[in-house]
Amino acid sequence: MKLFEYEAKSLLSKYGVEVPPSVLVRKGEDVRAKIRDAGLEPPVVVKAQVLVAGRGKAGGIKLVKTIDEAVSVAEKLFETPIKGVIPRLVLIEKAIPHDTELYTAIVIDRSERRPVVLASRYGGMDIEEIAREKPESIVRRFIDPYTGLKGYEARLIGKKIGLSGKTLASFASFLQALYRVFTEYDGELAESNPLAVVGDKVIPLDARLIVDDNALYRHPELAGDRIEESGEYTEWEVKARRQGLTFVELDGDIGIISNGAGLTMTTMDLVLEYGGRPANFLDIGGGARADLVKKAVGFLLEYPKAKKIFINIFGGITRGDEVAKGIVAALSELGEIGKPIIVRLAGTNEEEGRRILKEAGIEAYTDPIEAVRKVVEA
Amino acid sequence: MAILVGEDTRVIVQGITGREGSFHTRLMLEYGTKVVAGVTPGKGGMEVHGVPVYDTMEEAVEAHPEANTSIIFVPARFAADAVYEAVDAGMRLVVVITEGIPVHESLRFVNYAKSRGTTIIGPNCPGVISPGKAKVGILPGHVFKPGNVAIISRSGTLTYEVAYALTKNGIGQSTVIGIGGDPVIGTSFTEALKLLEEDDETKAIVLLGEIGGDMEERAAAMVKRGEVSKPIVAFIAGRTAPPGKRMGHAGAIIMMGTGTYKGKVEALESAGIKVARMPFDIPKLVADLLT
Repeated sequence: MKLFEYEAKSLLSKYGVEVPPSVLVRKGEDVRAKIRDAGLEPPVVVKAQVLVAGRGKAGGIKLVKTIDEAVSVAEKLFETPIKGVIPRLVLIEKAIPHDTELYTAIVIDRSERRPVVLASRYGGMDIEEIAREKPESIVRRFIDPYTGLKGYEARLIGKKIGLSGKTLASFASFLQALYRVFTEYDGELAESNPLAVVGDKVIPLDARLIVDDNALYRHPELAGDRIEESGEYTEWEVKARRQGLTFVELDGDIGIISNGAGLTMTTMDLVLEYGGRPANFLDIGGGARADLVKKAVGFLLEYPKAKKIFINIFGGITRGDEVAKGIVAALSELGEIGKPIIVRLAGTNEEEGRRILKEAGIEAYTDPIEAVRKVVEA
Repeated sequence: MAILVGEDTRVIVQGITGREGSFHTRLMLEYGTKVVAGVTPGKGGMEVHGVPVYDTMEEAVEAHPEANTSIIFVPARFAADAVYEAVDAGMRLVVVITEGIPVHESLRFVNYAKSRGTTIIGPNCPGVISPGKAKVGILPGHVFKPGNVAIISRSGTLTYEVAYALTKNGIGQSTVIGIGGDPVIGTSFTEALKLLEEDDETKAIVLLGEIGGDMEERAAAMVKRGEVSKPIVAFIAGRTAPPGKRMGHAGAIIMMGTGTYKGKVEALESAGIKVARMPFDIPKLVADLLT
């Protein structure tokens, strides 16, 4: 789950990082009063709090010289979609004059199985741009997950991107705070870009934190529905996520339900190979019980792009009988929808599943190719 | 002799009293796997399908000193603790079936296990089977048959699909490993290849990859360096998938052009590995390698 800039900054400030003075304004609140109460003096930066990437280039960040201007820009931002998402929150922040912008990030390197710190003296621009134009400027250091980022490592990284003296010390303590936020909040990514050098200290002008969805249960304070704010999902994808379904919308007309990401993708590949076009990716995962299968089938029966439905299940932890019960339950509840359903069932408890389906008048295939040919023709 | 699991495998099931733990204990027993004990805190003294249950791994190992392998069905919130318990109890192999473990937890226990010399398979994996010998996992036993082809895979169900196709074509398997689908896992493709290279029973290897990450590219590089002499057939799922969700810019940069279907296929082919267009083409490609 992505956090808003203001949330990431407030976490950093909790860990001792100096962040620019700011005030958060909600849609409908009195912008002028908020700025006045916070004691903010112009110039200020007005920043839409949205989770979409490339917010600055899309017009979501404005530097203004007067309070009047700040008020009118903020009010306009509340009406303007940034890459399709209308902001509900705007952060008004004291503008910080600075000379240098740095880049810092921490992610997990899958192959090394360690966190890796990335830093560059060419912040502000896109990291991919830095990687392309000045690859030698990116410093990487793998971190031992048990000891965490050591003080000397943070200084060494700072030294390698050209810092010295008091700035180096400030950078090192910033980086250690960023690392603590990264680990204590289960970050998939913790990033500050740009990280400004102001006199002899560093101040994060932007901050990003993506929290591992699997760890959200231990961060109840971050709870909240950001599915729509993320701007990443279509209307039907939002609906699916609300029901707890792993669903991606595609452009074809064959609705697909399968178990496991690998097999679901392979089912899509297979449909295309035999001349059909998938309408979606829907993975019911491992161990799905009848109620989840029912929900998935019900969802595709309503999903208008799916004109026919292909259910391809190979059971391991998922049991054929549970799948069959779910299909039968969805059909009996929703009645005749007029969408052909082709089922292919193999693996754990497949005979039992096949029997349940047969009793409901559905013939399940064993051979996936035979089944996919049938779907494409249907 | 197969790798990871075989005739000498003696299993403790952690989370044996849960729905999945108990169901798959029965299936493992039916397959002939020697399940010697189960552990569920607070349920010590019970029996599940005739297998004695203990409160702790320490008690289980004391009563069954021959135990050398653990399989974990414990819910995600408690799974990391179960892994530490298994490693500290001296298990040689720990298979983590549990899905949804926070990645920072996996990061720590995978490194911990490595430092103690324990092999971890998973998390979020279907387990390991050496057909005809032992199964430590949730793989449906009847789709496999003993033979000389190993399968290593990031996807559970795709593994069953391919094993089934091989079996139907008369090609048996030595050891099949579902390495797991999480970002951080205990045993990668390269580590699995290293084990298979040294296995007398394995004559050829099927590698089932997926888009995303760089494990397939690393496997290809290993083959290119001449570290794997056995022939390999690969398949990559997701040829037609739209570009997936990217994990921020920093995630993209580490990958540097790896992770796409095209990138993976090119890397594998340049290492001389045959890449099947569809999973059902694999049996023929494997048969060609074996003749």
